[in-house]
Amino acid sequence: MAGWTEHTGYAVALPLQNVDTDQLIPARFMSNPRSEGYGRFLLHDLRRDTEGIEHPDFPLNRHQNASVLVTGQNFGCGSSREAAVYALVDAGIQAVIAPSFGDIFAGNAANNGLLPAQVSEKTAAKLIDALGSTSSQIHLQLETGRIDLEELNFAFDLEPSWRTKLINGWDDIDLTLQHLPDIARHKERQIRDHSWAWPKAGQGQ
Amino acid sequence: MSPPRTLLDRLWAAHEIVQHADGKSLLWVDRHLVHEGSHHAFSKLKARRAKLAEPDLTFAVVDHYAPTRRQNRIADPQIARMIETLRSNAEEYDIRLFDLDDPEQGIVHVIGPEQGLTLPGLLVNCGDSHTSTHGAFGALAFGIGATEVAHVLATQTIWQTKPASMRIQVEGSLGPGVSAKDIALNWIAQLGSGGAKGHAIEYAGSVIRNLSMEGRMTLCNLSIEGGARMGMIAPDETTASYLKGRVFAPQGSAWDAAVEAWAELRSDHDAEFDTDFRIDGAEIAPTVTWGISPDQALPVTATIPDPASQVNGKAQTVRDALDYMGLSAGRPIEGTPVDQVFVGSCTNGRIEDLRAAAAVLAGRKAKVPGLVSPGSTLVKARAEQEGLDQIFIEAGLDWVASGCSMCVGMNGDLVPPGKRCASSTNRNFRGRQGPGARTHLMSPAMVAAAAVTGTITDVRPLLKGRAA
Ligand code: SF4
Repeated sequence: MAGWTEHTGYAVALPLQNVDTDQLIPARFMSNPRSEGYGRFLLHDLRRDTEGIEHPDFPLNRHQNASVLVTGQNFGCGSSREAAVYALVDAGIQAVIAPSFGDIFAGNAANNGLLPAQVSEKTAAKLIDALGSTSSQIHLQLETGRIDLEELNFAFDLEPSWRTKLINGWDDIDLTLQHLPDIARHKERQIRDHSWAWPKAGQGQ
Repeated sequence: MSPPRTLLDRLWAAHEIVQHADGKSLLWVDRHLVHEGSHHAFSKLKARRAKLAEPDLTFAVVDHYAPTRRQNRIADPQIARMIETLRSNAEEYDIRLFDLDDPEQGIVHVIGPEQGLTLPGLLVNCGDSHTSTHGAFGALAFGIGATEVAHVLATQTIWQTKPASMRIQVEGSLGPGVSAKDIALNWIAQLGSGGAKGHAIEYAGSVIRNLSMEGRMTLCNLSIEGGARMGMIAPDETTASYLKGRVFAPQGSAWDAAVEAWAELRSDHDAEFDTDFRIDGAEIAPTVTWGISPDQALPVTATIPDPASQVNGKAQTVRDALDYMGLSAGRPIEGTPVDQVFVGSCTNGRIEDLRAAAAVLAGRKAKVPGLVSPGSTLVKARAEQEGLDQIFIEAGLDWVASGCSMCVGMNGDLVPPGKRCASSTNRNFRGRQGPGARTHLMSPAMVAAAAVTGTITDVRPLLKGRAA
C-alpha cells in the first residue's frame, strides 16, 4: 500500500446516516477475488434498481469521478467485512468524511489507504449543505488534518496511529516483526503461568 | 494500594505485550477463529510468503456459506469455491477445520464456546464482528478486518487501542416471555446503534447473573449492534459449569488452575466506568424492530413511530425506514403480517433458543413457512434427542442443517424481495436477508409466536399454561 500526504479531488455528499457495510457491499458479491476489482459492487443495491439499472440521481452515479464522500454519522457500522473498504478504494474513493464511523470499518480503512476523516456533526452538515447535489473540488491534508472545500476550511480528527499508517503506507506486520523477542517472552510467560490457556490443557494429548 | 480496576483493565493488562507511543497496544491472541470469508487474509499471508505463527491456536470452520440442505450438491460454483478455498488453506497451514460433515461443525460463535475453545481470560479474535459473543465468558473478544486477520495469522498478535469502559447494569428480574434478546434490543433502542461506540461493555446486575450462558452469549453477541467494540460478563459458577468437560477445555490440575485464575476476573466493586447505564429488568417487554437498523426497536405493544413527531433531524431516517419496510406510521406493530420466519444464527441458534421457540410451537401449526437452522451440528443432534425437531416439523417449518443461513443469505437461503421475515438474527439492515427483504428482529419465542399467527405477535399470551 502506497502512503500519501495530501489529496485533491472531487467530493460528493451522501446525506445518509448509518450506512452499514451490508449497503457498502452486499454479501452476495464477497466471494469474488479482489483481483477482479470491487469498485462495481460499491453501494450496489442503493445505486441500482432490481434490474441493475443505475438510479440517475444517486450521488455516486451523477458524479462518477468523485474521490471523497461526505456522509452522515456511524458510516460503516455493522459487519467487519473489509470488502466494504475494498469497494470504496477500488471505486477510486480516497477519503470518507463523517461525524462518526463503525470502529472496525475505520481500522480497516486505515489499513487500506482510505482516510476516515472524522468531523463534528455541524461540520458534516455544513459540508453536505455546501455540496448539495453537485460535486466540488476538495483538498485534504493528512499532516495538518485540514479540509478545504472552496472557501470553507475545516479540521478533521484522525487517530495518530492511523495518520502515521496512511502517510507511510505501512503494513503492521513489518512493525510487529520488530517486536518478535517481546512476543516470544510473553508467550513463554503464558506457558509458564497460564498453561491452562492452551487448548486441551491437562489432557496429555 | 493499587487503584480499583475493571474486568477490561485486567484482561487488557494480561494480554499487553508492548504499548506504542501512539497509544496502541500489541496484544497476544489466545484463539483465532477463521471461516470462508478469511480468504483475503490467507491471500495476504501468501503474498508475503509468511508462515502461520500458531497453527495450534488457529481454528477454521465452514459456516457462512454452509449449505443447510447438506444432501444436495452445492449448485453455485462461487459458494463451492469459497468452501474449497478454506479447505485448502486449512490443509496447507495445518489448521483444525470443522468441515461440513464434521459432527462438531457449526457457526463460529456457537462452536467456539461449545468446544471449550473459548475460556474466561482469553483473547479471542475472528474476522467477524459478532466475535463479541465470546465475551460472555469473561474473555476479551472482538471482530477484526481481513488485514488484521492476516496480521494475527502471521504473528498471533493484534494492535488495538484500549476501548473506553461502559457498564450496563440490569437489575430486578425479567418478566415472562422476556429474554436476553429483548434486553439487548432494549438498550440498543435507548442508546442508539452508535451509542456504545468505542466502548467495551461489561454487563452486570442481578438479571445478568441469572442468565444462562446461552442468554449471556446472545447479549454479548449484540453488543456490536449498539456500536460497542466488545461485550463481556465476569465469569462465575454458571460459566465454569458450562465449560467443564468440553472437548478443548482444560482438565485435571489444569482445570483447577484455570478456575483459580478465573476467580480474579471481575471488576472491583469501586471500579469506575467511563459510562454507566442502568436498566430495570421488569420494564423490558418483548421487543421487535420496525426499521432498518437494530436500534429501531419497540416493545411489541407499541405503535410504529411517526416521522412527523421526530426530533434531531430523524424524520427522514424514520421515513426512509418505514418506506423500505412498507409500514405505516402510527399503527400498532403487533398484527403486522409476516411472510415467513427464521430461527437460527449465532445470536439465537443455541439449544435454549430452540427450546424457547418449540415451547410456543408445540401442538400448534405455523401459518407461514419458515426455516429453523440450529447454530451447530451438536445443537441439532441435541434438539433431535429432545424431540424439538418434531415440534418444528409438525408445525410446518423446515428443519435444516447448521450454518449462518438466512442471517446473511450467503449460502443462498434468502428472503425474497419485498417479503417480510420474523427473524431471530441480529441485523435488519436493508437487504441483509436478500435484496429487498424486510427483516424484523425478535427473540426466538417471538419468532415462534409470529409463525403461529402469521403476524407480529406478543408471545406472552401464547405462553400461558406452558413452561417456557
Ligand atoms: S450467523 Fe450471521 S452474524 Fe453470526 S457469524 Fe453467521 S453471518 Fe455473522
